[in-house]
Amino acid sequence: MKRYFRELSVVGALLAVLFGLAWFAPAFFSPQPLLSLVTREAPTLVVACGMACVIITRQIDISVGSMFSVCSVCAGLLVARGWPLVLVLPASVGLGALFGAFNGFLVAVLRLPSIVVTLATMVTLRQGLNLIRQGEFVNLPDRVQWFGLSQTAGQLVLVGAALGMLVALAWAMRHVAAGRYLYAVGSDAEAARLAGIRPQRVTLLVFVFIGALTGLGAMMNLAQSPQVQPLTGNGLELKVIAAVVVGGVAISGGRGNLWGAFAGLLLLACVSPALTHLHVEAYWEKAVQGAIILLAVVADGLRSRQNNR
Amino acid sequence: MSSPLLALRQLVKNYGGVRALRGVDFDLHAGEVHALLGENGAGKSTLIKIVTGAHAPDGGTISLAGQPVANLTPASARALGIACIYQQPALFPDLTVAENLALRLDATSAHARVDWTARRARTTALLDRIGAAIAPDTEVRALSMPEQQLVEIACALGSGARIVIMDEPTASLTQKEQHLLYAVVRDLRKNGVGVIYISHRLEEIFALADRVTVLRDGQSVGTHAVGDINEAGLIRLMVGREVAQIYPTAESAPGAPVLSLRGVGCTASGVHDVSFDVRAGEIFGLGGLVGAGRTELARILFGLTPADSGQITLAGETLHLRSPQDAVAHGIAYVPEDRRRHGVVLELPIAQNITMAVHRKLFPTTWLRFGAERALALDYIRDLAVKCAGPDAPGGSLSGGNQQKIALARWLATRPKLLILDEPTQGVDIGAKSEIHKIIRRLAQEGLAVILISSDLPEVIGMSDRIGVMAHGTLRAILPGGSDPHTVMAAALGTAA
Repeated sequence: MKRYFRELSVVGALLAVLFGLAWFAPAFFSPQPLLSLVTREAPTLVVACGMACVIITRQIDISVGSMFSVCSVCAGLLVARGWPLVLVLPASVGLGALFGAFNGFLVAVLRLPSIVVTLATMVTLRQGLNLIRQGEFVNLPDRVQWFGLSQTAGQLVLVGAALGMLVALAWAMRHVAAGRYLYAVGSDAEAARLAGIRPQRVTLLVFVFIGALTGLGAMMNLAQSPQVQPLTGNGLELKVIAAVVVGGVAISGGRGNLWGAFAGLLLLACVSPALTHLHVEAYWEKAVQGAIILLAVVADGLRSRQNNR
Repeated sequence: MSSPLLALRQLVKNYGGVRALRGVDFDLHAGEVHALLGENGAGKSTLIKIVTGAHAPDGGTISLAGQPVANLTPASARALGIACIYQQPALFPDLTVAENLALRLDATSAHARVDWTARRARTTALLDRIGAAIAPDTEVRALSMPEQQLVEIACALGSGARIVIMDEPTASLTQKEQHLLYAVVRDLRKNGVGVIYISHRLEEIFALADRVTVLRDGQSVGTHAVGDINEAGLIRLMVGREVAQIYPTAESAPGAPVLSLRGVGCTASGVHDVSFDVRAGEIFGLGGLVGAGRTELARILFGLTPADSGQITLAGETLHLRSPQDAVAHGIAYVPEDRRRHGVVLELPIAQNITMAVHRKLFPTTWLRFGAERALALDYIRDLAVKCAGPDAPGGSLSGGNQQKIALARWLATRPKLLILDEPTQGVDIGAKSEIHKIIRRLAQEGLAVILISSDLPEVIGMSDRIGVMAHGTLRAILPGGSDPHTVMAAALGTAA
């Protein structure tokens, strides 16, 4: 109980918001808009899972937004050329993993700081995409949207896939040795090395992993609209990092879990519709989200000061 | 006789429960070189830190030229004319020599205009005075370690200090720079500066110092004029009479050699020509002073800094250890020196800390089995009598001695052939210390070959079946366990006893 206090407090905050909405704006809970809201967040959740792993390993990847855009556009082009979805999916995931491997190589093997490396890939990919596509949209054939299913069925498939991914990963983080290596390397890479773990390999793989998840997220995004716009991933990195940090993953590595990141994501995602339903101007959305992040960071700061005493 | 330049009276300093200084008296006169000598942990560094204002004493008085001084801070110590040259140069690598000197020596306000010509001229003058050929516009990054040390010396000189403290200044110097340094020390003495000179090199003390004070266990055990004492006398003072402490003894003779080193060296870490054998069931102690190359040797044996010369044989097999994984695979375990930093991951639960090195063995399939993990952890917690709330408590919640047991358990779980322990009882209280001693002896009794690195002289002598003494990166002597501490200390100091 005490060990998961941080995660439970986010869940508590989320429940408080949901109860508040149930009281003041019951319309929030009408099934179809709610399902649409959750579906929009499904790709974000998949990327957030990857980000949680990266931050637990005491790294960061701010290129996810750009990777997401590039994967989306490339997957869209392949679909438009008539590739079947069963081939486009692995292509998108593979492309993401390739970008991740590039980041991971620079960080793990050349030992460059991840914030600088991924900043560079973020800018390069984004500008490269702009240059090549000139902002052009990719129009998708009808068979792609909702995988050719009805809208509700398609939405349920996407949400189910994202949740399934979350459960599987959260379980793996606890029950597979590799998950524990992430915590060990993030807590103390030198101690991990002395215990026979290869911190470089772990770091490389965690970047490949977040790249692959970003490619997957891009596919889940593709299925939601009739066209792909090249700016689709802009700002995703901030959204995802915010969710993970609010969810109690320590930016200094070694602490936190995916369930916390999930709760953090939902809490931040609720802000915008909550404000709409409460008839507050939309301008306040970012301010409220910022306040939530600040609160989470301050809480972590106070807690670690207490622990050091 | 006038009052001394610096007078310390009944200085006391405690770190937590450890009494680093217990009532030390020390005098330094103007124009005197006063050497300070003592084993690792005798209290030399603590004394220096108090005089330079880095730490406040818990008791006692400090007076400068007869005036009592209270609340010394690093800034006020500098203002009072106390300068210190540390063993490791502490310069700013990205700034030039002239800028480094200016940062230390100028007390101008942050927005004053910089007089570059004067800065350079003064730097050149100071460097010339000590005979160093270094251009004032060189970035410190580009200087060698000895050259950086010379810049430090120039700083101390330029500060116009009345008291200069040198903490093993020759440790990183080559012969040529050592002579420059000796000349500077003599120059300072002639100009009426008081020098506190810390060194492990006895010949230096006899060549330079006027008086020598020996510290042992936080107490001064005697101040002598260098003419009135010889090397053997100094060593006797440093070691003292042994307080009889009971160490567990071997009950059976050791078996066949497990580990053999022949001419092992590593250029990068400064270890060279090390040869010895360790037998099954034997505790092989590695003694020597800090910086003698003991930890560096351990790191070679654990594949952290691979050897580039010589041969390492373990259980009849010649090894080329390139990484810790290699070492672990061949049955070598290493419990590192800095427990809080490298031994135990403080955030992770005890059980995970214990199983960290045996994942492959404990979990042959991919999945973790918490039952098996818990059982293994409980076994070791019981076996080593770890005092903890349970296997799920975080590593950081344990006391030092119990953390050390966890670090030990992690490596015992790998069922090693060779166990290397680096300062296993450092910062551990007396009770836990004797428990750890019993555990180490029991492990040896069970057939493990143990290398025990320790700076605690009675511990190395009492625990070891044989003692290898290291100095300057190589093995100087192999002595039988229970040897006379004076012989061990003499070998560690590199003098013939």
